Amino acid sequence: MPRLSRYFIKAGLLYFVLAAMLGTLILGRSALRLPPEIYAFTPVYYHLLMVGWVTQLIMGVAYWMFPKHSKEMPRGSEKLAWAVFIALNAGLLLRLVVEPLLMTLPALNLGGLLLLSALLQWLAGMGFIINTWTRVKER
Amino acid sequence: MPRLTVWMVRTALLYLGAGFSLGALLLANKGLPLSPEIWRLLFPHIEAIMLGWTFQLALGVAFWILPRHPQRPKYGYVHLAWAGYILLNAGVLLVIGGEFFASEALTLAGRLVEGLAVAAFAVQLWPRVKAFGV
Repeated sequence: MPRLSRYFIKAGLLYFVLAAMLGTLILGRSALRLPPEIYAFTPVYYHLLMVGWVTQLIMGVAYWMFPKHSKEMPRGSEKLAWAVFIALNAGLLLRLVVEPLLMTLPALNLGGLLLLSALLQWLAGMGFIINTWTRVKER
Repeated sequence: MPRLTVWMVRTALLYLGAGFSLGALLLANKGLPLSPEIWRLLFPHIEAIMLGWTFQLALGVAFWILPRHPQRPKYGYVHLAWAGYILLNAGVLLVIGGEFFASEALTLAGRLVEGLAVAAFAVQLWPRVKAFGV
């Protein structure tokens, strides 16, 4: 398994654990007597699962197992693939911190950081599509 | 990779692009509000990511990677899988349209078509879930 796939999959597993813990806190708010502000983490919870875990696991496995791009560049552009990993995780981590803060403390004016998070994740998605497209082919 | 898988994975990648674009717009709008109308994209975003991207990719890869039959047709009833692919994408587009235009009839029609796609893939893939070489 290439090193980048290991990074994608291990990062995905960490998000999975984090999402499960966050989901437990959100669902168990009453029993655990947590403040209602915990609900500000609900969109983050869904995105940790779908972007952090599911999509990132797919990216890691696809980078590893999809048909080779060419003999010279079997997995497409390695630099682009690393950039996807970094941008996706930077964007998601930024969202994890900024979105709940923005919802609970709007006076902090952190909207620009959320825009940056959106841009980073979008770029990661586009980079993955570009790098993967040519590897989706018949034998 | 069989031709159907190529089509399904590439279609899934297109939905990933669409879903991430809508998601980025929604998130950006949360940070720096542009228009409340952008919220109409929430359910199309969810549908594109859940069904168009994840679900479709899983089915396409399953068609490729599950054990094949020893005799032809080695991938099973391929026509049924193609029907499932067409139904799935028709269903996703109908649901996206239904959610965007707030049409319950369109959404319901889309869900029914998606249900038929699920049934087609379940019937197609079922006999291929077996030990290798059997």
